[in-house]
Amino acid sequence: MSVQAWTYLFVALSFGLYLFIAWRTRVRDTRGFYVAGRGVPAAANGMATAADWMSAASFISMAGLISTMGYAGGVYLMGWTGGYVLLALLLAPYLRKFGHYTVPDFVGDRFASDLARVVAVSCAIFISFTYVAGQMRGVGVVFSRFLEVDIHIGVIIGMAIVFIYATLGGMKGITWTQVAQYWVLITAFLIPAIAISIKLTGSPLPQAGLGTTLEPSIAGQSGVYLLEKLNQIQTDLGFSSYTATFVGGWDKVNVFCVALALMVGTAGLPHVLVRFYTVKSVRAARWSAFWALLFISLLYLTAPATAAFARYYMIDSLNGKTAQELPSWFENWEKTGLIQWMDDGDGVMRYSAGDDNEIFRGGSLSAAELADVKVDHQAWLDSDGADGVDGRAALRARELSGPDRDIIVLATPEMAELASWIIALVAAGGLAAALSTASGLLLVISSSVSHDLYYRVLRPNASESQRLSVGRSVIGVAVVVAGIFGIYPPGFVSQVVAFAFGLAAASFFPAIVLGIFSKRVGTVPAVCGILAGIGFTAFYIIACVFFDMETWTFGIFANGISPQGIGSIGMLINFAVTLALTPLFPRPGKEIEAMVDSVREPEDAGPAVRIESAPEH
Amino acid sequence: MSDSTDTAGSKAAAALRRYWRANIRIMAVLLGLWAVAGLGAGILFADTLNAYRISGTGFPLGFWFAHQGSIIVFVLLILAYCLYMNRLDNRHRRELETIRQEG
Repeated sequence: MSVQAWTYLFVALSFGLYLFIAWRTRVRDTRGFYVAGRGVPAAANGMATAADWMSAASFISMAGLISTMGYAGGVYLMGWTGGYVLLALLLAPYLRKFGHYTVPDFVGDRFASDLARVVAVSCAIFISFTYVAGQMRGVGVVFSRFLEVDIHIGVIIGMAIVFIYATLGGMKGITWTQVAQYWVLITAFLIPAIAISIKLTGSPLPQAGLGTTLEPSIAGQSGVYLLEKLNQIQTDLGFSSYTATFVGGWDKVNVFCVALALMVGTAGLPHVLVRFYTVKSVRAARWSAFWALLFISLLYLTAPATAAFARYYMIDSLNGKTAQELPSWFENWEKTGLIQWMDDGDGVMRYSAGDDNEIFRGGSLSAAELADVKVDHQAWLDSDGADGVDGRAALRARELSGPDRDIIVLATPEMAELASWIIALVAAGGLAAALSTASGLLLVISSSVSHDLYYRVLRPNASESQRLSVGRSVIGVAVVVAGIFGIYPPGFVSQVVAFAFGLAAASFFPAIVLGIFSKRVGTVPAVCGILAGIGFTAFYIIACVFFDMETWTFGIFANGISPQGIGSIGMLINFAVTLALTPLFPRPGKEIEAMVDSVREPEDAGPAVRIESAPEH
Repeated sequence: MSDSTDTAGSKAAAALRRYWRANIRIMAVLLGLWAVAGLGAGILFADTLNAYRISGTGFPLGFWFAHQGSIIVFVLLILAYCLYMNRLDNRHRRELETIRQEG
């Protein structure tokens, strides 16, 4: 069977499974819709959190980013896992004990202010939309690359599937679908990684294979460490050494700030936080944070291995080869524009960091534009430079040197010469990663609007069934909006993902931590802190990304802080403003103090207020 | 009668304060380790640590912490917190039980 036939089969099977689960888990009340009836076991919630968290970016792009960044790629590995320690220790158990439905619920109730609630709702909706647009795009990309379906039709199919299972089952349907999606995506990620690890190092554990020696048949001699060989190849070609720390713009301050912003941002992302409301107890909330990171670490410990293997394999099988010697995966992916060869006329492919580099990517160029560049380049070659345009210079000027980073994961199975059904499995895995994250985000949007805005602020008398139908219709609207973003991606989508983390880091995290660990912090300081943190972070990112503002060094750093890392500073500003204003304003009332006490108290101890069983919630 | 419920109440409050202090203590220790492993070994001291190699492997130490070591430490930290807090919860529950019986 061909790759395409296998892909159709796997995608159809996995979609069928998701719909079947949705039908079995359909819900009739808001508790089921928002928090899965609080009946999800810790390990299953951990798995669902892992699938919710690992997006199309984690699955398709992260290994490729690490592959080109080397050591500095660790900011994503550390940043996107380190946040779970903060979550497990500082947030998850207490939010579960608090026991409402959403994150703005906590902020609004703890600081007894509708302004705080509305600010939190706006942040939650903004963060979720930024994210979900990228996921829908990811669905379209997988469809178009593996099934040769038009990208728009791919997005529409993805929208329809998410819509059905999110509206039918709400959080309950989403949770159990995500459990299934976790298995699809982790299998799809691990099998190619294991295969390429065996091929290069002989080790069936890619995580360990990264640190071992290359197979003698590949390195030419025995006892050569993969990483050392990779460092040597990289420096020979003019790239910086793979394991070297702090090269280029990634100096110590920036690596630190970006990693910290991603960690704190992860801990403040609403679609991750809300998952801890769905478990049975506080104890289960702690355990599900553990399970979540354990399941996530399976992929995150494998990704650096895949990155290094694919980097080595790609350079080794392309650099210095003639057209006849090129591997077949190169041809397959050349068609997609992810990798391009612009020969200088000697018929030998060269990959380097310098001007003689011949490997490029299509990037955002359309197929027609890329074809024009190729025609001009061929004319330039044929006329010995008298006519046409040197495609290398043209693409270099557009900063399109080197292959697209997505190729690292997408082409690994072919590099390792795996069977065609495994290649198809990667497509199903990419879709699972994108759909699971999209559905979690859509539910956050739905609960933010229908619960926090409609029920808590606008119509406190709304009946159960009214709230449920508002929740369902909001998902419908949100799916359509997300789909439109996916089909016509606004140019800024990829740039504002950094914004989502920075915003979460500068708003939710300090507010929730102070709300739990201090009884003294009152409404005004907390709201001022949130506004100062968001205001600063938003200003800096918008100014840097859209108005070419110079990055700031704050007078002490050698290089300016990149917009990706500014959330760290925004978080500090939020903490500082809140704490500085706190002594100037009165203590919160007795009810708030009692609420904080009840959140801190372990379960089944003393006469705890059972908020979640109270009818009005 | 009201005296005994008062003392029982204040004993329970004291038990809760002890529970909270123990919670803060373990959190501080684990967050300290989190900072040392992730931000310290993985970033701040990565260049120094990179001079050493994990014996028997090709991993420079700083690079390993940034790409794998920190993640392993993070998982273990959450595990340690779960196990410790389960014991602390049980102990607290037993304490309250005794106070209730005495009161």
